[in-house]
Amino acid sequence: MIELKNAAFSYGGRDILMDMDLRLAPGSFHFLTGPSGSGKTTLMKLCYKALQPTTGLMRIFEQDVRAMDRDDVARVRRRIGVVHQDCQFLDHLNVAENVTLPVQVSERDEEIDEAHLMDLLGWVGLADHYDAMPAELSGGERQRAALARAVIMSPDLIIADEPTGNVDWEMAQRLLSLLIELNKMGKTILLATHDLNLIRTAKQQVAARVLRIQDHRVVLAGADL
Amino acid sequence: MVDVSGIVALFQGDRQADRVVPPSGFTARLTSFTAGAMAFLTVFALALSLATGRLADRWNAELARTSTVRISAPEGQMAAQSEAVLNVLRTTQGIKTARVMGDKEQRKLLEPWFGPDLPLDSLPIPRLIEVIETDDGPDNESLRLRLSAEAPGAVLDDHTRWRRPLVQAAGRIRLMGLLSILLIAGSTAAMITLAAQSALAANGQVITVLRLIGARDVYIARAFVRRFTVRAFMGALVGTLLAMVATYFLPAAAEEGAFLTGLGFRGAHWLLPLLIPPMAAIVAFWATRLAAFRVLKRLM
Repeated sequence: MIELKNAAFSYGGRDILMDMDLRLAPGSFHFLTGPSGSGKTTLMKLCYKALQPTTGLMRIFEQDVRAMDRDDVARVRRRIGVVHQDCQFLDHLNVAENVTLPVQVSERDEEIDEAHLMDLLGWVGLADHYDAMPAELSGGERQRAALARAVIMSPDLIIADEPTGNVDWEMAQRLLSLLIELNKMGKTILLATHDLNLIRTAKQQVAARVLRIQDHRVVLAGADL
Repeated sequence: MVDVSGIVALFQGDRQADRVVPPSGFTARLTSFTAGAMAFLTVFALALSLATGRLADRWNAELARTSTVRISAPEGQMAAQSEAVLNVLRTTQGIKTARVMGDKEQRKLLEPWFGPDLPLDSLPIPRLIEVIETDDGPDNESLRLRLSAEAPGAVLDDHTRWRRPLVQAAGRIRLMGLLSILLIAGSTAAMITLAAQSALAANGQVITVLRLIGARDVYIARAFVRRFTVRAFMGALVGTLLAMVATYFLPAAAEEGAFLTGLGFRGAHWLLPLLIPPMAAIVAFWATRLAAFRVLKRLM
């Protein structure tokens, strides 16, 4: 699904990530951890091709990222649901319109299935916020709306960048349980967090691998978590 | 082949896709105003160009079918030389009619320069013979030779000296009018490009989000292109209609052929300004599309 071989990313002459050898298999659950500024967000951006490795090989859905044109990138991103830490909503659209944006931009001919949308909003606990504007949502509600938007296209891979960073423990657990539920449906999950308690809680429910960024390298974390 | 369904779809729009890009009031008004003003100017440039063309054609046609024989001779020989010239003209192929202009007519011709009280009898004014030619016209060189043999004081003026600069001037004015239309189209494209770039820059966050959730460049560009094309079309339509009304009320062509009258459209030419709104829409379409793709290429 995602494959990096001896890949590196540098910016402005500074090495951000080096010697990356990584493979995300379909249906796997990966945590990505490491201190702030270690390069977690950079690795995630590489995974949805917002950035490109400066050296080495990277494949997304078996496609070499260097061979992708801009339309290929758009098509790949339709198979990847991304939950950003800051959510990135369009402030002039309501929750339902924001959640269904990926369907609209996919240029599919079919209409948006309202029942499916309501099910999805109900699943993330936002059925009562259909018409709400993003500014009216709390931090946890925004994260859940972002998760709903990330999964509406039924993507193969879900990338969540610190989705629990701005929410309380109860909401973090709720978001985690939604992601675990998606993983059990066969979705591949890559979740960046520096919350070790969350990782420990998840590992009790799902077979997750924990990757750590250490000295600009991605390593598999041991049993010390 | 023109894709009519694509044009219809462009104007019908996609309500949901249009909602994706937030309304941009200032750039919308700027685009409509620019397109309207430019269309207004284009109508006048077009009217000037067409009127000048008509004027040039008229001058050319009128002067080409006439010539004048001027006789300068002593008082006693004027009548004889006039008769000799008339005889030559009557027997020349390509001459339809020839007649000696009367004193009253000559006085009228000289009146603008010398005033109404011109003492024609006391001045050595040459006698003028007006010649109307057939469509083929005479052989002017052989006519000149015959005239100089029969009437030494006669000079044939085929109006070439007048006609050429007049027609050249009219042609230049027509060219300036067409050049103005091209400059107006270029200025419209530049203004719409600036407005589109401003709208694209103001919506940088929207564009980034759309790219991240899988929107193709063409989808994002289309939302902006549709908006600016429709605005340019509507603005140009209003500008064109106002200019056509203004042109309709311009003074009609005077009998004397004064240059600043008769600047309006005639007959089928009234349909030409109606091409301006679609042309403005085409200019806006390409200007916005090129600007949008240029901005989008900077994003991953």
